[in-house]
Amino acid sequence: MLRIDARGLHYRELNHLVRQAVAGGESDILLDHVNGQRYIGDALKGQVQIRIQGTPGEDLAAFMDGPTIRVEGNAQDAVANTMNSGKVVITGQAGDVLGYAMRGGKLYVGGDAGYRIGIHMKSYRSQVPVIVIGGRVADFLGEYMAGGVLIVLGMGKEEESPDRPLAGEYLGVGMHGGAIYLRGRVNPHQIGKEIAPTELTEADHRLLRTELTEFCQDEGWDLEKVLEVPFLKLVPLSLRPYGGHYSY
Amino acid sequence: MLKTALPSEFHVDIDHRRCVRCKRCIQNCGFSVYSFADGIVPDHSKCVACHRCVTYCPQQAIRIEHRPLAFRQNANWSPHHIIDIWRQSLAPGMLLTGMGNDLPYPILWDHLLLDACQVTNPSIDPLREPMELRTYLGKKPDLINILKRREGGFLLKEALPPQIRLDIPFLFSAMSFGSISLNAQKAMTMAAKELGIVMNCGEGGLHQDLYPYGDHIVVQVASGRFGVHREYLNAGVGVEIKIGQGAKPGIGGHLPGEKVSQEVSQTRMIPMGTDALSPAPHHDIYSIEDLRLLIYALKEATDYKPISVKIAAVHNVAAISSGIVRAGADILHIDGFRGGTGAAPTIIRNHVGIPIELALAAVDDRLRQEGIRNQVSLVAAGGIRSSADAAKAIALGADAVALGTATLIPLGCNVCQRCHTGNCSWGIATQRPELVQRLDPEVGAERLTNLLSAWALEIKEVLGALGINALESLRGNRERLRGLGLDAQTLGILGVKPAGR
Repeated sequence: MLRIDARGLHYRELNHLVRQAVAGGESDILLDHVNGQRYIGDALKGQVQIRIQGTPGEDLAAFMDGPTIRVEGNAQDAVANTMNSGKVVITGQAGDVLGYAMRGGKLYVGGDAGYRIGIHMKSYRSQVPVIVIGGRVADFLGEYMAGGVLIVLGMGKEEESPDRPLAGEYLGVGMHGGAIYLRGRVNPHQIGKEIAPTELTEADHRLLRTELTEFCQDEGWDLEKVLEVPFLKLVPLSLRPYGGHYSY
Repeated sequence: MLKTALPSEFHVDIDHRRCVRCKRCIQNCGFSVYSFADGIVPDHSKCVACHRCVTYCPQQAIRIEHRPLAFRQNANWSPHHIIDIWRQSLAPGMLLTGMGNDLPYPILWDHLLLDACQVTNPSIDPLREPMELRTYLGKKPDLINILKRREGGFLLKEALPPQIRLDIPFLFSAMSFGSISLNAQKAMTMAAKELGIVMNCGEGGLHQDLYPYGDHIVVQVASGRFGVHREYLNAGVGVEIKIGQGAKPGIGGHLPGEKVSQEVSQTRMIPMGTDALSPAPHHDIYSIEDLRLLIYALKEATDYKPISVKIAAVHNVAAISSGIVRAGADILHIDGFRGGTGAAPTIIRNHVGIPIELALAAVDDRLRQEGIRNQVSLVAAGGIRSSADAAKAIALGADAVALGTATLIPLGCNVCQRCHTGNCSWGIATQRPELVQRLDPEVGAERLTNLLSAWALEIKEVLGALGINALESLRGNRERLRGLGLDAQTLGILGVKPAGR
């Protein structure tokens, strides 16, 4: 294992060290004292495990293709931006616009996340991106979503604000592919007009169990407790929501 | 029942005495105008005047006439207003169109005149003397330190920031695979290599066949992020973030599912037949700081290749441009309101944005005033029709000009404005295989190379007349322009004196 002390390093130096280590065949890296450095894992390719202690800056794992990143703590905005494959596990909370246009791989956040989570997510052939948020999220969850799986559990701070819904307004607006699973209910007015709730099938239950088993292992959660509450599935009504807006 | 007849715009006149019924017109028309019933029968209402049939009729038996239906003369209610209202009363949708703004707004290029030398400051003959058109796009340092080498010659003490080299000051504008065909993109790419310039692949990803031409490609990242991944970002010589487009400022892209063929699907990495939505805003960019975040994410991903930011020319373009330069862009690409599109709502294309001439002058001024002009290269686009327009744009402050419509015309386009239908008879703005295969990329590349080689010669001729031997001496040199028939305020914005002064 290679340990890199990120204290006082500019992101450019830090990321250069990481890339150099990966190019040299290092498969296990610990980044210590990370304090806001951006772009960690940006466009990084390979089968490397990176553990981050501290708080990484924005665009963690942007355009990433393969590596696994584990953040012991919180992360900021734009994690897994346009990520192609790989995995990011965040034990704490994360900011806005997570998983923008993510095409593959997994993003697990233990705590709450902000606005516009999983927007423009796409799946392509065998690539199916998955985002699981353990806490609650704000507005525009899954906006323009075109593929993949978004799961929001809304767990963790029920005592602090029991009335806060697990997702905000404009849920799935413009969504035309993929599926959103919510552990619990949301008010009908929160749901975008392009999507609708649907019954969970056997396949949905299997998918949830598989994903959540992995999530609970990574986050150290109790799977049975997560599965105690029934899930709501939201899917787009049309693959072409704006097909009728034009007359030639 | 209420009947509404939308009048045909064109009349297809077939000379049946010459027609040999070879049916080539039927094969060639992408819009299904022709059928055969004991002779060629045209459906006039489907004709878009793309002239494919006229060009390929071996007997020259076809003539397309503009045949507007007579309406009572009315300077206010022109026929197109009346017909558009009928169309929208029949189907509740926005009117769509292709190519650039076709309304008769003033074209300022046609009110700007270039200077020439007479007697006191001799002109140069470009046929005999070298003329430098080579252009480098990218940040230029505030100052350079030069070292003298012991063995002779000079060296730069610090390395220059990364640059994109253009042997002549043109780029092929971003037109995505999806909006245009792969063969059209191939023609552009091969011509770019031949000419020593670059093409921009647009926001639809980069087809595998084009990767070998990476040294002549700039890849684009738009809000939909289609086909964007590590290899894509590193495939070209730079990356462009598309914020806006002159034909549709503030409007996103929307490739309808029927154009998402198998190859488009593979290149964009989305399932076949789904709509490719690229909304107007990047929802991760709400400020200059957010833009900076993406610019540097792309720099980190590409080991610091030049990053271009493309915006539409809008009212506050100068202030916005200052922000973009401060956000770290190496190239600022401004697209004026006459810029083309594969599809846009007509209302937006025809009524939103400002001319590139004014935007370019305002941006160049603003960046100079702020002392940051050297930090960015300016690419001007949006209705450049000739080498004269290009020379004037460079004199107004552009480093290079990007060509969209002018790139398609050599491939057969006659600006019929029906790109959005996907039926382009010339195989350009279509994904229908039988139409695409008729566009030969090698022939297309040759035509494009001819055109831009000719424009380069013309620009050299202009430089010679101006008595200068490098394009750099014309760049932002507005003293060599004069305005004709422009009001004082417009002249002030352009920074140009009236002719005669």
